[in-house]
Amino acid sequence: MPPEEGMTPIVRNTTRLVSGFIVVFGTYIALTGHLGPGGGFAGGVILAAAGALVVLSFGRRVSSSLITEPTCHVADAAGAAGFLALAMLGYMVGGFFVNFLPVGRLHRLDSAGIIPLANLAILVKVGAGLVGAFLALSAFRPGRRSVLDDGTADGRDGRREI
Amino acid sequence: MELLIVTLIGLMLIAALAAVEARDLLSSVICLGAAGFSLSVIDLLVGAPDLALTQVVVEVVALVLLIRVVVTRRDTSSSAPRDALRTGAVLLAGGVLLVAAAFSVGVFAAGKAGVIPPFGQPLLAGKGPVAPGVSKDYLGKAADETGAANVVTAVLLDYRAYDTLGEATVIFASIIGTYAILRHVGRREAPADAPAGGAKGG
Repeated sequence: MPPEEGMTPIVRNTTRLVSGFIVVFGTYIALTGHLGPGGGFAGGVILAAAGALVVLSFGRRVSSSLITEPTCHVADAAGAAGFLALAMLGYMVGGFFVNFLPVGRLHRLDSAGIIPLANLAILVKVGAGLVGAFLALSAFRPGRRSVLDDGTADGRDGRREI
Repeated sequence: MELLIVTLIGLMLIAALAAVEARDLLSSVICLGAAGFSLSVIDLLVGAPDLALTQVVVEVVALVLLIRVVVTRRDTSSSAPRDALRTGAVLLAGGVLLVAAAFSVGVFAAGKAGVIPPFGQPLLAGKGPVAPGVSKDYLGKAADETGAANVVTAVLLDYRAYDTLGEATVIFASIIGTYAILRHVGRREAPADAPAGGAKGG
């Protein structure tokens, strides 16, 4: 059985149960980065871990219905552009990266102005970038065309080439 | 505490040496993971939970990725036998030399012009011979000025947000480089008379 067909039903069912919680935890880590340990980078990597778990346990065929590489490209670029846009919006009140939103009360989720928004942008950027890189790595075969190119994942294209 | 940290650093050194010297690629990857997780425990012990969290998470994902790659691609090439002791001695001597050179330059410069602060007195703490540090200001004013309860995040995304933008740009560029190497759009099939494995980008 080729490795891209996924793993045993035990792994699949565990993934089905756990992966949603991993995504929620990653988002939580990122969005409460200004209240406790964490931040956008750690949260994004946790999201990427959930993506890697789904891709490895279900195989690329199933996971491509959830998320594809072009989606990751768009989200990656959108996160980076959002972070830069937050920095640029600081010019409204003075300069690059000036905190233009009200600071709010300490220990509240809506405190700290642009910091939660910046964490959100970094979360999207890092998560999508790493999931996209993982998808690209797992779809890549040296010397052959990508597996999802023409829908033949059973190694026939490997023999046709060269 | 100090003893535990020194022990962990020793474990990291051994793991790094073993990662270089291991015959099997999978063993190298596992040794690399041991070094990384030891570093995250050290982060936790010295009171840097933000760093420890990021280190653990990145280590897990990197380990999964590397194991996946290693298990997929069997390395059939045989390597020449190497002398682990000699490599270790050379690496250790090089490291000691570098550290000694850095600190001697630092002490020399601190005595003359005061460029590099002496060991144990970081520049930001403001106790060194150089300019007054800002870490006291960060610790005292971060909550009022930025509203963030976590001072690390306040520094990363408010006081030093420009650095974070640079870091995000580095990640963005590396991800784009990965896509460029692994792309299949724009690749074309090698001609029939081309040597094997010659799927060059078009």
